Amino acid sequence: MTIELFIQYCFAGLTYGSIYAIVAIGFNIIYNTTGIINFAQGEFVMLGGMISISLLPLMPMPLAIALAVVITMAVGALIEIIFIRWLKNPSVLRMIIITIGLSILIRETAVHIWGEGIRALPYFIGNQVTAISVFGARISPQVLVVIGVCGLMVVALGLFFKTTSVGRQMRACSANRTAAVLCGINTRNMVTFSFVLSAGIGALAGCVMSPITYSEYDIGTGLAIKGFTVAIIGGLGNAGSAVIAGLLLGLIEAFSVSVVPLAFQDAIAIAILLVILFVRPHGLFGSSEAAGLKEF
Amino acid sequence: MNLLQVDQLHKRFGGLHAVSDVSFAVRQGQIKAVIGPNGAGKTTLFNLISGALPVTSGRVIFKGKAIQGKKPYQIASRGIARTYQNIKMFSGMTALENVMVGRHTRSRAGFMASMFNLPGTPAEERAIRAQAMDLLQLLDIADVADIPATSLAFGQQRAVELARALAMEPELLLLDEPAAGLNIYETAEVGRLISKIRDLGITVLLVEHDMSLVMDISDEIVVLSFGQKIAEDLPAAIQQNPDVIKIYLGEE
Amino acid sequence: MKRLLSIAPLLVAIIAIQLLCAATGTLYYLTQMTMSAYYALLIIGLCVLMGYAGQISLGHGGFFAIGGYISAALTTHNLEPLQENVLVAALNSLGLLHAGVDLYGGTFLVVTPWVACIVAILAAVLISYLIGVPVLKLKGHYLAMATLGFGIIIYRVVLASEYFGEADGISGVPGFTLVPGLTVSGDFSGRIQNYYIAWGLLIIGLILLLNLIDSRVGRALRAIHGSSEAADAMGVNTARFKIQTFVLSAVFAAIAGVFLTHYNGGIGPSEASVMKSVRYVALVAVGGMAHLWGALTMGVLLNFLSLRGVFGSYDDAVFGLILILIMLFAPNGILSLRWRPGLAKQVDEKGDG
Ligand SMILES: Nc1ncnc2c1ncn2[C@@H]1O[C@H](COP(=O)(O)OP(=O)(O)OP(=O)(O)O)[C@@H](O)[C@H]1O
Ligand SMILES: [Mg+2]
Repeated sequence: MTIELFIQYCFAGLTYGSIYAIVAIGFNIIYNTTGIINFAQGEFVMLGGMISISLLPLMPMPLAIALAVVITMAVGALIEIIFIRWLKNPSVLRMIIITIGLSILIRETAVHIWGEGIRALPYFIGNQVTAISVFGARISPQVLVVIGVCGLMVVALGLFFKTTSVGRQMRACSANRTAAVLCGINTRNMVTFSFVLSAGIGALAGCVMSPITYSEYDIGTGLAIKGFTVAIIGGLGNAGSAVIAGLLLGLIEAFSVSVVPLAFQDAIAIAILLVILFVRPHGLFGSSEAAGLKEF
Repeated sequence: MNLLQVDQLHKRFGGLHAVSDVSFAVRQGQIKAVIGPNGAGKTTLFNLISGALPVTSGRVIFKGKAIQGKKPYQIASRGIARTYQNIKMFSGMTALENVMVGRHTRSRAGFMASMFNLPGTPAEERAIRAQAMDLLQLLDIADVADIPATSLAFGQQRAVELARALAMEPELLLLDEPAAGLNIYETAEVGRLISKIRDLGITVLLVEHDMSLVMDISDEIVVLSFGQKIAEDLPAAIQQNPDVIKIYLGEE
Repeated sequence: MKRLLSIAPLLVAIIAIQLLCAATGTLYYLTQMTMSAYYALLIIGLCVLMGYAGQISLGHGGFFAIGGYISAALTTHNLEPLQENVLVAALNSLGLLHAGVDLYGGTFLVVTPWVACIVAILAAVLISYLIGVPVLKLKGHYLAMATLGFGIIIYRVVLASEYFGEADGISGVPGFTLVPGLTVSGDFSGRIQNYYIAWGLLIIGLILLLNLIDSRVGRALRAIHGSSEAADAMGVNTARFKIQTFVLSAVFAAIAGVFLTHYNGGIGPSEASVMKSVRYVALVAVGGMAHLWGALTMGVLLNFLSLRGVFGSYDDAVFGLILILIMLFAPNGILSLRWRPGLAKQVDEKGDG
């Protein structure tokens, strides 16, 4: 493998890896406040991309993206308010099935609005062939945009949870729901907010990745399962290690291209997921005691 | 002869030593009680014996064989049955069905035999039903046989749980606070019942807070406090034991 | 005997539907009724796994595909060029292969459907066992994701393998002659016969599962669902029972796959898709989870409507909507709404294992 190819693979891996990390963080945010794995997480990413593409003819790109993110956040809020808020102690099985149903509905709505075709936002900087040279490898600036935006999101989320009052309330909820209620925190609203937040970051990721990976009505399931893989590798609920795990999975996938046929590339992530679940169900970085406390 | 022997048994939860180097023995045919204040480690001790929790160190010897580290279902099939402090009914099943599950280790029909109704299966099924019904009768709850177990009154659920354990025809029965939540008449009834169970040849290890019941029926008593065994003696001697008096008075 | 009596209304309905279709000249309905019966076979198997053993599987489309694809591949791939191969020669001499002449006069040598069917079932047993041992240690979300992942892998494999026809799937699958005179195939002349074969198979499956549920095994499964800790303490080997149920339901799925593939004369990758697996879960849920009759009725009804194209391009959306509505308003299945309203909260009280 030449050094150029190596760098190319690295950047490809980091690009996909950051997307996976964002999806995983989306899982974690909702999981932390509710104990639910939202199987419709990947659909937020799809919605972000698709909506922004549709808005593009009407307005400049930054505005289209911002509006797409806001609309997706509204969808996230609606989902929580309509389908989840009023359930009293739903069983895990019930929540799994409801969120799967939601993912199907969103996907089917998407196919009726946008059709089955593949679409894409234009490149943010330059076009398809614009490239900058990194150690001799030609890298599209969009790749840097994706990595940069995802990185910024992680930092911003970190600050949000540490410094803002809402962020701290959300952390309190995830640490101990009952105690949070006793302290006067409205946990219901925190749950809604966690859906809004993870819809938002998913949508933004969906926009920035669109020029490279394209947007299509059915990318959700694949992203969800990879995001879940990453969340598991990092230990459910643990945002920091989700980033490392996401990049790791992205790199593994990228380099596996040289070993495994492209058609099986998806299967790699899943195979990794299965192996990890079998060997260390509480994740590579997570501790077994933490997993035990979450009652799975 | 010792039916059960607990040897230097230890259980740690993180920094908490819930059971600390506890040793004692239960003789065949005995009723032995384990008492101690809340959080002393009594339930944990039962969980260790029945395999519901892995031991940190030490041994559990049943009928001369070490059973620590075995799975709960393996320990059950060797002849140890238990009830729970917080009743665990099989929800979605009737009282009778709950007790019928207790016959699991004493019956054989597997997937193939059940699906194809192979010879012997229907007869076995009838026998299971009859035996379960007998036990409900023994405990005076035959009239609620077909009622979903979780909708029974508390005392009746305790009785179902006991019948279910007896259905296993165990050699050793672990009872975790069988009289908790019962009134004095029901408690007295439970006392008579436990003696009756012993007379059937079943050895009983009993955790109970009701002192009059414990003093009344048990042959020997082990006292735990903060995971440690602080006394083991006959009931009369335990009542005089200054250490025991101290922890109980200290607690009040 | 008692069992036959409880089945009797179903038998009557089956015959009545056939006679009605014949009388009104709408025999073409029987085609979708036949296919629905095969799907229902998978669904009642999954019902035992989900409703009684309490284990969700989002990968049962994968087992259906394993059955269908293996049987399709073995009965269509010409082994003639490999005739010299020791294995092929040995199989041939044992009478496990079938030589014939195709439409264009070329000769071919393929595995006979019976042998292919048995190989397919054995494959399902093996794979479900190997997958089941680790997967069934998982609970809740983990189990759902792991089985979903399994389903996707199977989907990817059939989509990427030349042997399984890639995106086109396998066509030209011959009929499956069960006994002389009884052939599973899509021939128009055999439509009525095939309707009864499919429903016969479904009824046999139903009887076996009803027997199972009323037995020591069924009780143990429900006990695991009710309180897995107490079941363990009663001597129930929970891990083994879960795996055996998983394998059993995989076999039901594989058999459905084998038969439907011979009936349709082919199979495509969509049978292995995630949507199919999700749909099966939906149907079990609509039927009421731990309710074999409900799963059967709903499985046949909704599959029939779907196959008739009643839902048009909203097919998948309909199933998604059904999933949500049922889980929101009737977690014990649609039948529970009217017939057993008092139990509507049970699913949650039970929690899950
Ligand atoms: N699974 C567990 N994980 C962590 N700590 C535990 C666990 N089970 C019990 N403990 C702790 O171990 C100690 C002993 O508990 P245990 O339930 O055995 O007490 P007990 O003697 O049965 O009390 P009680 O009379 O209230 O039933 C307690 O401090 C309890 O909090
Ligand atoms: Mg206790």
